[in-house]
Amino acid sequence: MEVLPRSVRLLLVLALAALAVFPFVGSDFYVQMVTRMMILAIFAMSLDLLQGVSGLVSLGHAAYFGLAGYALAFLMPQNEAASVWLTLPLSVLAAGLAALVIGFFVVRTHGIYFIMVTMAFAQMVFFLFFDNKVLGGSDGLYVNFRPTVNLGTWALLDLDNKKTLYLVTLGAMLLVYGFLRRLLWSPFGRALAGIRVNEHRMRALGFATFGYKLAAFTLAGALAGLAGYLWGVQTGYINPELMGFHMSAHAIMMVILGGMGNFAGAIVGAFGFELVLHLFKDLPQVGSVQLGKHWQLWMGSFIVLVVVFAPRGLLGLAGWFSRRPEDGDV
Amino acid sequence: MSDTLLTASGLTKRFGGLAAVNNVSLELWRDRIHAVIGPNGAGKSTLANLLSGDLPPTSGEVCLGGVDITGWSPERISRQGLGRSYQKTNIFPPFTVWDNVRLAAQSRQPQQPWNPWTWWQSASKSIAINDRATRAIELSGLQDRRNAIAGAISHGEQRQLEIAMTLATAPQVLLLDEPLAGMGVAEAQRMVELLLKLKPHHAMLLVEHDMDAVFALADHLTVMVNGQAIASGTPAAIRSNAEVQAAYLGEEHA
Repeated sequence: MEVLPRSVRLLLVLALAALAVFPFVGSDFYVQMVTRMMILAIFAMSLDLLQGVSGLVSLGHAAYFGLAGYALAFLMPQNEAASVWLTLPLSVLAAGLAALVIGFFVVRTHGIYFIMVTMAFAQMVFFLFFDNKVLGGSDGLYVNFRPTVNLGTWALLDLDNKKTLYLVTLGAMLLVYGFLRRLLWSPFGRALAGIRVNEHRMRALGFATFGYKLAAFTLAGALAGLAGYLWGVQTGYINPELMGFHMSAHAIMMVILGGMGNFAGAIVGAFGFELVLHLFKDLPQVGSVQLGKHWQLWMGSFIVLVVVFAPRGLLGLAGWFSRRPEDGDV
Repeated sequence: MSDTLLTASGLTKRFGGLAAVNNVSLELWRDRIHAVIGPNGAGKSTLANLLSGDLPPTSGEVCLGGVDITGWSPERISRQGLGRSYQKTNIFPPFTVWDNVRLAAQSRQPQQPWNPWTWWQSASKSIAINDRATRAIELSGLQDRRNAIAGAISHGEQRQLEIAMTLATAPQVLLLDEPLAGMGVAEAQRMVELLLKLKPHHAMLLVEHDMDAVFALADHLTVMVNGQAIASGTPAAIRSNAEVQAAYLGEEHA
């Protein structure tokens, strides 16, 4: 479902309007929560470029998310705030560079091997940070300050302000979405879609698919880095869990939950996943059983239900409910 | 004699102890159709795979337009001017017919996956690509099916689409692996006409089981049995070759 039905586009515009108004009506707690959802939406979109568009299911995508967060933590001095103009490009570059190097090895593999090798590399990165005290070890690192956003000597934005950070994150999410939607219909995006459907034929047609897959892997890593950077800015704290297996697996579930291959689904999936997660964690105690404690069980069942009954995800479901009879299958 | 566009000499492909293709040499000329026939398992498709780079040869050489392409990757060989269709339909089923052919045509543009400009352009707005795709679709007679989903069109139309995609890559040399497989009589007739239309500008290798089509089309025949080329010559010469008759009709007819 690369082309979004009109009904879905209308829903997305309404949701965007709600997101734009929200920081002016919501409490700080919820503003922070939605900021976090939007950061995860950027992360999920970056994975969708691989998973939904190129057919490359990476089970180690959190490595690039976390690496950019660590880059921010290392770049931020102990006693004063560094500029966003310095820390943002360098953090994104670090994540992209790591993806380029790791991608050079992993995009040669296919199917189940690709899944395993991306996971193996991510685990290596995880333990590199987990086992080294210099790199923060299992406790992680503090990001001592939020980066400054100055034009010359004039402070353009104050990221310590929760509403400002919310709006900056919303802007970043929209930019990434717009960029990826445009990319989807570019010669590069069409080649990636061709690789997903039939890589053998792509090569017979003369496409050097290795370069395309490596470029996509690198770009996806860099965008995951953007999300990781924002995470570090928001929480002020980075730990190895951000690069861990669960983080990678959650991103895959977000993309599946929302619907793959169109980036809007990744956003919807990230929001949906986080909402459902909170819902399950807040389940009450029934008798002697703390239902909320077993949220993973409910989450697992929920994802299974989605995959069985709505294989195109929540967005596919929305498109299906609102279709007119003459539309046929969406 | 017309220009020789492809020369294969001493091609051999071994899978363990089995020589699927054993010391086969052949030439393809512009404006001539060279058909390879032989019973199932004779090594015809393996031969096509060796020429297109889908398989690397164990030994032997392939020259395409005077360039030694032995051991090259399929994508490099394709860009050197060789186009092939597959025995088993090999298309992009979820895409429309147009998108299949457009993607094939796009392969002839400079490939720059690292150039951010190619992430930003609109693929459907390239005039050069669209022109090439339109020509290929019209040539193969699919213009009425442009917007159909490739996976949903008839088998015969999918075979036409295979050819259209191959043509959209503007090849000099065409390798067609059983283009008539599974086609009805009328469809097969249309495909034969299409191949004759393509012949003047291409060197063509045709792997085919349909003998009526082979003898209607081929200017030159090579007969393969058990990985070896047992005979090569004009259709008339092949028809009267005793060894070929033995292979096809059984020893008692020889």
